[in-house]
Amino acid sequence: MTYYFLRRLSQTFIVLLAMSFIIYSLIGLMPGDPIDIMVQSDPNLTAEDAARLKASYGLDQPLIDRYWKWLNSAAKAEFGYSRIYNKPVLEILIPRLSNTLLLMGSSLILALVFAIPMGIWAAVRPRSRIDFIINLIALGGASIPIFWLGLLLIVVFSVWLGVLPASAMYEQNSDTLDRIKHLTLPVLALALATIGQLTRHMRAAMIEVLGEDYIRTARAKGLRNIRIIIDHALPNAMMPVITVITLSFGGLFSGALITETMFSYLGTGKLIFDSIMGNDYNMALVSLLFATILVLFSNFVADLLYARLDPRVRYDRR
Amino acid sequence: MPGLIQEFAMIGGSQGMLKTIFPSKSHEEDRPSKWNFLLTIFSGLILALIVGLVLLAPLLEHLVVGEASKIDLFNRHKGPSLKHLLGTDELGRDLLLRLLYAGRISLLVGIVSALLTALIGVIIGLSAGYYGGWVDSILMRFTDSVIALPLLPLLIVLAATDLTKLGLPQNLGNSPEAALYRIIFIISLVGWTTVARLTRASVISLREQEFVLAAKSHGASTIRVMFGHILPNSISPILVATTLTVGNVILLESVLSFLGLGIQPPTPTWGNMLTNAQDVIFEAPMAAVWPGLLIFLTVVSINLLGDSAKSTLDPKSMNYVALRKPKIHSN
Repeated sequence: MTYYFLRRLSQTFIVLLAMSFIIYSLIGLMPGDPIDIMVQSDPNLTAEDAARLKASYGLDQPLIDRYWKWLNSAAKAEFGYSRIYNKPVLEILIPRLSNTLLLMGSSLILALVFAIPMGIWAAVRPRSRIDFIINLIALGGASIPIFWLGLLLIVVFSVWLGVLPASAMYEQNSDTLDRIKHLTLPVLALALATIGQLTRHMRAAMIEVLGEDYIRTARAKGLRNIRIIIDHALPNAMMPVITVITLSFGGLFSGALITETMFSYLGTGKLIFDSIMGNDYNMALVSLLFATILVLFSNFVADLLYARLDPRVRYDRR
Repeated sequence: MPGLIQEFAMIGGSQGMLKTIFPSKSHEEDRPSKWNFLLTIFSGLILALIVGLVLLAPLLEHLVVGEASKIDLFNRHKGPSLKHLLGTDELGRDLLLRLLYAGRISLLVGIVSALLTALIGVIIGLSAGYYGGWVDSILMRFTDSVIALPLLPLLIVLAATDLTKLGLPQNLGNSPEAALYRIIFIISLVGWTTVARLTRASVISLREQEFVLAAKSHGASTIRVMFGHILPNSISPILVATTLTVGNVILLESVLSFLGLGIQPPTPTWGNMLTNAQDVIFEAPMAAVWPGLLIFLTVVSINLLGDSAKSTLDPKSMNYVALRKPKIHSN
């Protein structure tokens, strides 16, 4: 297990390092660069000034050298300043991260509250009418574009009913009720888009478990169905589902990015989007990197969890 | 016929199959999936209808409405009428025609990217599965790493890159065609993982079989064995995965276009029509419904067809259905 842990950790680290280089080079390919923006906003800057500025910022050096420099300062947790917000990058990022985790966490819980019973219900009566209906809902939920779901929610709750705000969450906001109001529609959109996949996984895991011998034993013992499902089947069926949830963290984050952007919810996803659109190099680089770390870490945890539950994995995966 | 399948299951004798031979109590209430069959037919019809209408868009344009991109500011946000069946958009253009022209782009991106994705996935999966050893190790670790990445943020960065900085001339790098090719390219760049894994799994199960040995002993080259003998035998999971990819690609394209990073207006796609719709959502809420409904119907139909193809082509689930019928056990 220790060997597996170390190998998996080093693999995660290598991927992260490779990703940081890829992201670094891609950010350099975005339209405009900081000096161009300075030249545009200050008519007194001549071409020589621009060249001198480029040299003093080290922008004329080859990509590898610049990346190495950046990596060195990143190792000391110095990520530079944001161009849009004029603040250290981490100061902006950390509150945004907690907002995103709040959004993702609440939608996941909401989705699970519906997905678990639906998955169980469908699994105990496979190929029945209720299974068919639940499958249909789940497939629909998995195929619905999340931004369209968001738009429909806006149409219903903001345009027709006029009860919930369609956008505009404030940076400094202490009013809890207002916060909840701004959280409701994004959470609903993200949860509804997640339920479909979760239900499908729950159903599949439950069907698998219900065919096991110990379930037959429990039945032969004369246990009531509800007892069998809740005490014997559910805990075992939850394990693969939890692994799937941790593994699909990246997908959930992508969903959060879309909902945050369309509802102007101040989270990491919107930060990534805004900083890429606004040529905020440092901000884009660091927020993307944090998103990558978040997703890679959850994958790492999922793999460890899986290896812990299923000893075969440790030997299977070379 | 059912007897044969049962025998096959007995020989195969895996855990999963034993389970179906001794169905637990809840399984006895099973009915054949007549509804699933009807649903598959229905989704096929819907998909055919959408594709047909999209292909017939120019005909509709000439016969009924007039020019699709004609701006008519006196008729903005008009409700449905005989001339404009779904009404007009914020510039007075016919909404239905724009939807159909948008569908052409979305479906084109979906199909072309899915094919490219399949091509990349097949090549990687075939090489990994056939050669094994360190080739397999490297390719599969690489695949795992791509799967582990946060997809959408990466796609956004890729879509935001300035092609002129890569040395493309100004007029080419910023043209609408470049946007179309770029979106196809970047989606294919990240979408091949499922096909690669499925192909690899299938190739590993096939490469030690007699027909491969026979082909080799006849002097067939490696390429010929891989593409001429192994690939045709693992085609069905690849086909299913590619079908499902079309749906996913349409979703991805619409997300990127919705975020303003995909195909730019005035070229309509279902995604960027929804961006416009969000801007005018208080004046014209219905404009936000139609493009999304078309995305949804297309993707859900493709997924349903893919799902039913999967259960039809997958021998395991075929046994599942056949063995579940109580008729086999009677007599």
